[in-house]
Parts: sequence; structure tokens; C-alpha cells
Amino acid sequence: MSLLDLRGVRKSFGAIDALRGVSFSVEAGSVVGLVGDNGAGKSTLMKTITGVYAIDGGDIRFDGASLIGRDPGAIRRAGIEMIYQDLALARMRDVAANIFLGRELTRSVLGLPLIDTKRMRAEAEAMIARLGARIPSVAQVTGQLSGGQQQSVAIARALTFNPKLVIMDEPTAALAVREVEHVLDLIRTLKSHGIAVILISHRLTDVFSVSDRIVVLRQGTVIADDATRDTSMNAVVAHIVGATDAAAH
Amino acid sequence: MASTASPAASWRARFAGGAALRLESIVVLIVLSGIMAALSNVFLSVSNILNIVLSTSVFGVLAIGMTFVISSAGIDLSVGSILALSGVVGAILTSTLDWPWWVGILGCLAAGAFTGAVNGFLVTRGAIPPFIVTLGMLGVARGFALVLSDGVSIYGLPPEITWLGQGRPFGVPVPVIVLLLTALVAHVVLAHTRFGIYAQVIGDNEGAARAMGVRVERMKVLLYTLSGLLSGLAGLLFAARINSGEPTAGLSYELTAITATILGGTNLFGGRGSVAGTLIGALIMGVLQNGLNLLAVRPFYQQIAIGAVLILAVWLDRINSREGWRR
Repeated sequence: MSLLDLRGVRKSFGAIDALRGVSFSVEAGSVVGLVGDNGAGKSTLMKTITGVYAIDGGDIRFDGASLIGRDPGAIRRAGIEMIYQDLALARMRDVAANIFLGRELTRSVLGLPLIDTKRMRAEAEAMIARLGARIPSVAQVTGQLSGGQQQSVAIARALTFNPKLVIMDEPTAALAVREVEHVLDLIRTLKSHGIAVILISHRLTDVFSVSDRIVVLRQGTVIADDATRDTSMNAVVAHIVGATDAAAH
Repeated sequence: MASTASPAASWRARFAGGAALRLESIVVLIVLSGIMAALSNVFLSVSNILNIVLSTSVFGVLAIGMTFVISSAGIDLSVGSILALSGVVGAILTSTLDWPWWVGILGCLAAGAFTGAVNGFLVTRGAIPPFIVTLGMLGVARGFALVLSDGVSIYGLPPEITWLGQGRPFGVPVPVIVLLLTALVAHVVLAHTRFGIYAQVIGDNEGAARAMGVRVERMKVLLYTLSGLLSGLAGLLFAARINSGEPTAGLSYELTAITATILGGTNLFGGRGSVAGTLIGALIMGVLQNGLNLLAVRPFYQQIAIGAVLILAVWLDRINSREGWRR
């Protein structure tokens, strides 16, 4: 049984059919590259998995249970984390608050659950250190950090709570070359720890270097789903732009 | 790099990040009080200071609710009208229907909370901007207050209720005690609980809040309900002080409450709020009104002053934020 199983997932926004029956699966501890042109439905598809969008049809099963009707908090608790392209950070709050956003640690004061800032900062500090990220202080307001540092915060948040599946939406789009290699190494590390990854990227070289399978999405449907070793850059590009199969292989 | 920021800037950031309390607002309060004290020799008398905090208490309670709503990047223009509606409901229950005092208190608070909840449902389920919903409710709640009271004051509240407005245990007016207790609880909730943090995160980045599992819609309904509840409490204090349910009470109090909130350093566009700051902001408004009264300035000019202060506060914040990290 696969870790994540999508069956005929459909989603419309008014008259626009963003997803027209998407099916594919992700095995535990594997890396799946999800590629496609702008507007192919990649981000929409990921947001249906994380519960931000409710789907109109089909089923999404994770770890044997359906995710349909669950809210984003419940889906995170089930073990799916996503690193959003816009990073989804509260930029006026500090690093620790962002890492624990939605899962704040509390301590009981007179029976009231109050936020335990001290413990959150200590644990956030440890997580940042484990990732080898360079952030001046976890008490720093996130909006003051550089783009790369902000991304480290988003990554740390996704990895702090022992996920089984991490979805990354264009994690390398805004990074310098050295930082890109860091993210790719991270994906390999996750895989070696048995954590599955869905990598959405326009940079096909990145996708080819870390993925086990490559799924190509075009106009809301899966147009190709191959093991990385059985496909080629040309074939994938042909699928993305919609050229015929003859042009590939 | 942020770590190379000047010591002054980082000190300021730490100050704002911790208490989210603006140093400027305290300076404004002290300077304004100094000017008033210089112009009027009764300004610093104990009885006048009690007068200031007493008159601050009603819109101070409104401003505390406003702080939560504005932190979440919302706005509540209906607080003054809800104040009037709640006071009228409380007066009808106790004076007209002759029910016990505690029914009046509960009715007052329930009327406020219910009206606030309607705001919240319209903002979330109806997906109508809070500005429009609460502007509409400003008219609707005021209209209901006039309809229920037939447009006249309802006198004769039970002594237990008037004590809430006029009592002075140990010389301290009860509304002041209510304001301080409300502020204390509200401060803890806004700064140290999930509810308060989520309110601010929704104002900071609503999409991020939703993606991380914050139930944004539920939070918004609760935030507007809270603002309505506190408007009901303010309505109770107001009615208790003048011993009547007054359908025209709290006219343009939304202006005062919003001004106090912004003066206190709560970000007009959401993301950061401070109850302590709002208390300072409310005191600034109280000192301003009291000072103008002492100087025998006609009340019409007070409206001009309050409105001008709001515009000035937001303008200065904009200028300030252009050079700094704040938005």
C-alpha cells in the first residue's frame, strides 16, 4: 500500500476545471518530482492534499485513511507538511513562533494554557542548529531575515514534528546556487530517514537529481508518471509542453 | 544582515516585539498631560484624575475589543451602536419588565455578544468585508436601539446596576475597576494564549494561518463576538452611570475606540496588537477630552480634535514605517 494515494481528484473554480481527475501515488520514503507548466494545477493539487482546498470529487488516502473533509490542522497532525512557495510565514512574529505556528507549546498557569515562549525558543533553537541553518536568533522577527533565512524557518517548521510526507513547492526558485545544493541534500537526507517528499520544481535538473519518480501534470491531468531512471529530460519536457510521445524517448 | 542593525534599532525592535507597546504613546500621554497641567491648575487634582479614568473606562472597554479585531486586520465600526442597543436592552429588562438586576446584566452582555456574532457570521459566511458589515450594523443596531426604546431614554435601573456605574469602593469608581480587570484579562489572552496569537497571525498572513491549521473562520466569528460582548459591557457601564438606557448613547464612539487602539501601537493593518498600548491610547483620548473641557473649549471642537488625532496617528505611523522594518 502506498503512503499517499490520489484517485480521480477533481477541483473546479467556477467555470475553470483546475484538476480533472488526478491519480498517482507516493511510496513511503520515496521522492516524487511533480512538474508541469504554469497553470497545470500543481499548486492547486498540493493544496487539496494539505486541506487548504476541498476537492469536488475523487479520494485522497494517506496512511490508509481518507483525508477528505479534514482541515489543514488535522492533515498536519496526520504527518503531511508542506513548504509553501510563499513560505506561509507570519512575518511580524519571531522565528520560534513561526516554527510552532499552529502547534504552540503551552504551560498551565492557574489552569489556563498559556504559550510557553521559553520552551518554544529553546526547541526552535535546537531545530535550527540541527538543520545547520544560520539564523541570528530565534527571537528575531521573521520579516527581518533574508529570503534564504526565511526559507530555513519554513523548512524547520515542516521538519520539527516528524512528518511522513513533506511537500515542497518550488523550494529552490528564489535561492542562490549554493543554497539550492543545500535543499537538494536535505531532500536526500529526508529520503534516507524514510520520509517521502513531493518536489514541485521548474528546475528539471534538480528534479532529475533527487527524484525516484516524475509525474507530469498538464491541464489538470497526469500526462506522464514514470520512474526517473526510465525517462529522460527530453521526454519530460515534451510532456510538459504537450508535444506528442513520438518526440520523446 | 539584521544582526548588524544599530543598537538603537534592535533595542526598539525588542521593545516592540516584546510588549508591542509603543514608547511614543507614553511620551504623547506625558507631554499632553504636562500641557494640560500647565494650562489648568485643577487638571492634576485627584478628583479630576479620577474623572479622566472614569470617562476613559467606557470607550476604553470598547477599544480593548477593537484591539483584538484590528490585530486580525479587521475593523468594527458598530461598537458605539451595540453599546446603545445593549444599554437599552438592559434597561427594558430591569426597568420596563421589572426583572431582577442580574437578568439585566446578562441581557446587556448577551445582546452585545449576539450582535457581534452576527457581524462575525456575515464577515465569514457572507464573505462581506468587515468594513461594510460593521458599517451596516452601525445603522442596524442603532435603529433597533431606537425602535425598542421608542426613541426615548428608559430611566430607573435597579441599584445593583447603578452601583456598577456610580459606586466608589475605596474611592475608586467601579467602571475604572472593570476597565482594569478587563484589560488585565485581555492582555493575557492577546499576548499569551493561542487565541490571541492566532488573532494577530490572521492579521499578519491569513493564508499562512489557514495553511498551518488555524481555524480562521471560527476565529473571526469569535473575535467579532468578543468585540460585541465588550461593547455590551461598555453599554452596561454607560447605562449604569447615567441610570438609564439611552438609545443615542455612544454616538461616534467607534471613532474614539479606533483612535485609542491605533495610538496604542496596534497595527492598523493587523498582525500586531497591544492591550497595554490601547489602555495608554484610551488615556490619551481621555486626557484630551478632559483637558478641552477644563479649558472650556466647546464640545464641537472635541470631535475635530479626535478625528484629527486619528488621521495624524496613522500618518505618523506611515512615515515611520517607510524607514523601518515595520511593514
